Amino acid sequence: MPEPLPEPLLRVENLVRRFGGIVATDNLSIEFARGELHAIIGPNGAGKTTLISQLIGQLRPSTGSIRFAGEDITHLPAWRRSRLGLARSFQITSLLRDFTAVDNVALAAQARDGHSFRFWGNARKEKQLRDAAQSALARVGLGHRGEALVSELSHGEQRELELAVALATKPQLLLLDEPMAGLGATESSRMVKLLADLRREVTIILVEHDMNAVFALADRITVLVYGRIIASGAPAAIRLNEEVKRAYLGDQHVVTRHG
Amino acid sequence: MKASFDARNIIAGLIVAGLLLLPVFSQATGNLFVLTLFTRIVIFALAAVSLNLIMGYGGMMSFGHAAYLGIGGYAVGILAAEGIGSGFIQWPVALLASALFALVVGALCLRTRGVYFIMITLAFAQMAYYVASGLSRYGGDDGLTIYKRSDFGGLINLSSRVQFYYLCLGCLLGGVYLVWRIVNSRFGMVVQGLRSNEQRMQAIGFPANRYRLVCFVIAGTMCGLAGALLANNTDFISPAVMYWTRSGDLMVMVILGGMGTLFGPVVGAIFYLVLEEFLSQFTEYWAMIMGPLLLLVVLFGRGGILGLVGRLSRA
Amino acid sequence: MLLVVEQFLNGLQFGLLLFLLAAGLTLVFGIMDLVNLAHGSLYMMGAYFAATFVAWSGNFIFGILLALGATLLLGIVLELVALRHLYGRDHLDHVLATFGLILFFNDMVRLVWGPAGLSLPLPAWLTVPVQIVPGVFYPAYRLAIIAVALAVALMLYLVVMRTRIGMLIRAGASNREMIGALGINIKLLYTLVFGLGAALAGLAGLMQAPILTVQIGMGENILILAFVIIVIGGIGSIRGAFVAAILVGMIDTLGRAFLPDLLRKVLSSAAASTAAPALSSMLIYLLMAIVLVARPEGLFPASRR
Repeated sequence: MPEPLPEPLLRVENLVRRFGGIVATDNLSIEFARGELHAIIGPNGAGKTTLISQLIGQLRPSTGSIRFAGEDITHLPAWRRSRLGLARSFQITSLLRDFTAVDNVALAAQARDGHSFRFWGNARKEKQLRDAAQSALARVGLGHRGEALVSELSHGEQRELELAVALATKPQLLLLDEPMAGLGATESSRMVKLLADLRREVTIILVEHDMNAVFALADRITVLVYGRIIASGAPAAIRLNEEVKRAYLGDQHVVTRHG
Repeated sequence: MKASFDARNIIAGLIVAGLLLLPVFSQATGNLFVLTLFTRIVIFALAAVSLNLIMGYGGMMSFGHAAYLGIGGYAVGILAAEGIGSGFIQWPVALLASALFALVVGALCLRTRGVYFIMITLAFAQMAYYVASGLSRYGGDDGLTIYKRSDFGGLINLSSRVQFYYLCLGCLLGGVYLVWRIVNSRFGMVVQGLRSNEQRMQAIGFPANRYRLVCFVIAGTMCGLAGALLANNTDFISPAVMYWTRSGDLMVMVILGGMGTLFGPVVGAIFYLVLEEFLSQFTEYWAMIMGPLLLLVVLFGRGGILGLVGRLSRA
Repeated sequence: MLLVVEQFLNGLQFGLLLFLLAAGLTLVFGIMDLVNLAHGSLYMMGAYFAATFVAWSGNFIFGILLALGATLLLGIVLELVALRHLYGRDHLDHVLATFGLILFFNDMVRLVWGPAGLSLPLPAWLTVPVQIVPGVFYPAYRLAIIAVALAVALMLYLVVMRTRIGMLIRAGASNREMIGALGINIKLLYTLVFGLGAALAGLAGLMQAPILTVQIGMGENILILAFVIIVIGGIGSIRGAFVAAILVGMIDTLGRAFLPDLLRKVLSSAAASTAAPALSSMLIYLLMAIVLVARPEGLFPASRR
C-alpha cells in the first residue's frame, strides 16, 4: 500500500495578482515539500519577486490562497508569517545599518524569545540572545565580524548577514530572494556551500538568476514566465526542456555563468 | 569613538553638576532670576527628553508633542479650579489623561508614516488647542489661573522656589534615567530597530505599530508630567502652551542638542531657552535672528550640538 | 432656510480658499518632496501686501494684482536663496528649516507693519448684496471669491491635465527620477512650481484679507487645515485636495453654524454652550481620524512611486 504523500510545507493555490491591467501572477498553483530546496527561475519580469512578496506577506494576492504547514496564511501580515516560521532574505539588502552585525542577529533571536515588552534589563547583555546570535553568525562564516557595523561590512558579508538574521528566527521555511546578487566568484561559491549545508535543516525556496548555483543546489526547479509556470521538475528535466530554453534566450542554449 | 564618548560624558556630568548646584549659586549671588529661568528650562528639558525618546530613538517625528504639556497642565488647572488641590490626585490624573490621549491619537497617527505622520500629529495637537480654547468655563483663550500650587501635604512645598526647582530637576533626571533604561532594554532595541529599518523588523516578526504605540504612550505620559510641573511653575495654564509653534520649539530643542543621545535634549533645551532669553534682552525681534539661525543649523550642523562636540573632540 | 443657503455658500467659499492653499502645498510636496511650513507665511504675506498696496494705490484691483505679483516674487526669491538647498534632505530638516522661516517672517512683519493687524476695506461695488435666488442675498465679494477660486481651480486642472508642463508636474508627482532622465531643466521647473505654489498661497491670503483681519500668525492657523486637507485628500493629488478642501470647508462652516443649535436640542443649554465651540473645532479632525482609519493613504492618493 503506497504511503500517503506528506502535507506540503507550503501550498499555493490559484494565486492571482493583478496590477491594474497587468496580471503579474497568473493563476499559479505550486507545492513546496518539506525538506527540499526548490529553485524558482525565470526571465526578468516573470513575476518572481511578486510571487515572493505574496508568499511573505508584503503583497496581498488578488485571489487565491496560500497555506503554510496546513494553516491558511493568505491574509496574515508579514510579521505573523515570520512568527510561524517563514523567514526571508531580501533581494536588495535590508539590514539595520546603524547597528552591529551581532545586534542585527540578536534582534532576530529576540523576536523568537517571547515578547519584547521588557523595559528594564540590558538586551545587549542577555547571554542567551548573544550566544544564539554568535552561533548564527559563525554558521554563515561571519563569526569574527560580529562587532562590525553593517555599514562596515562588504556587500558579500552583508548578504551572508541577511542569511544569519533569517536563520536566527529558527525558520521552517527559508525564502531567499537572489542571495547571490552582486557577489563575486569566490563569494558565490561560499554562499553555495553554505546553502548546501543549510538545506539539511531547513526547507529552502530559492529565487535566483545564477544558474550554476541553481543547478548545483536544487532538488526541484520551477520556471516562471509572465506569471505562469511553464515547467517544474528535476533539474535534469528542466535543463533539457525546450520551452524553458526558448523562454530565456530564444532558440539558444541555456547559458551558465561561465558558458 | 572613545574620545567623543568621553567628551559627551564630561558635558553631561558638568550639566548635571551645574543644575544641582544652581540654587546654591542663586542664593549666594542673590540672583533669583536665574533660578526661575532654569526651573522653566528644566521643565522644558523634561518635555524634550520625552520627545527625544520617540523622535531620536524611535524615529517618530511627532509635531504635536506640546499637546501633552497642555493636557498635563490643564489636568492640574481644572482640578484646582474644581477645588481638588491635592497633588496626589492631580498629578496621576495628569499622567493618565496624557497616556489616554497618546493612546488614542497614537493609534490613529501610527497608521501613517513620514510626512503624513508629522502632519497628523500636528493636526491632533492643534485640535487639543482648539478644544482648550473652547473651554469657556476654564478660561478659554485667556487661560486659567491656578491660585494654589499642587498640595503634597507635608512631603514637599511647591511654593518654595528651591524645593520646586529640585522637584523639577528630580523629575528631569528621573526621566533621563528612565529613557536610558528603556533604550537599552529589549523594548528599546525593537523601537530603535524600527527606526532603522521597519521592513526588516517586520520580516523577523515584530509587529511595528504595537511597539511604536507603547513608546508613544510612554513619551506622552512623561511630557504630561512636564505639563503638570509647568502649570505649577507659572501658576497658570492656557491653550497657548499647546499651540503648534510650541511643538516646533520642542522639536528644535531635541534636534539642536543632538537627536538620539541621552543628554542631547537637555543641552538643546538649555541652549534654545538661554539663547531666546539672551536675544530678547537685545531686541524684541529675537525671532528674526533665531529663525535664520535655525535654517543655518539645519543646513550645516549635522547631529546638533553634541554631534558637533563629537566631531570636534575626534579631530 | 436662508441661513442654510448662506452657510452653505460660506462653506463653499471657505473650502475653495482652502483648496488654493492646499493645492500649492501639495504641488510643492508632490514635485519637490519639500515640506514647506512657511507656506502659511506666504499666505500671510499675500494678505499684508494686498492691504498695503491697495491703501497705497487707492485702487483695489490694482493693489490686489501688485500683491499677487509681489508674493510670487517673494516665493521665487525664497526658493532661490534658501529652500532649494533643502531638496533631497530629510523631511525633518525641511520642518525645522521652514519653522525657522515662520519665526523670521512673523517677526519681520511685526517689525515692518507693527504688532496690530491691518484691515483691507472693500470697494463699494464689492459690498453690495447680490440676489442669487429670489429672496436670498449673498455678499458680492464672497461670490467673487467663489468665482475666482473656481476659475483658478479650473485653470490649474487644465494646466496639470492638458499641457506639457502639467504632464511634467504629474510625472514628477509620481516619479521624480524620470523627470531628471528626460533632460528637463529641473531647477527651473522647481522654481516655477514653487512660485506657482507661493502665488496660490498669496492669492488665498489676499482674498481672505477683507473678510478676516490681516494679522501676524494668520498663516499658521490655516496651514494646519491645509495639512488636514492633504492628508484626507492624498498627498500629491490635486483632485484629492479639491474634494477634501470642499469637504473640510463645508463641515467646518456648517458645523460651527449649526452644531450649537443641534446640541441645545439634545443637551441642556449650559452644557451645549460649553461643548459647542470645542466640538465644532473638533469636527474636521474627527473627519481626518475617520479617513485615517478607513483609508490611510487618503481618498485619492497620487500614483505610487
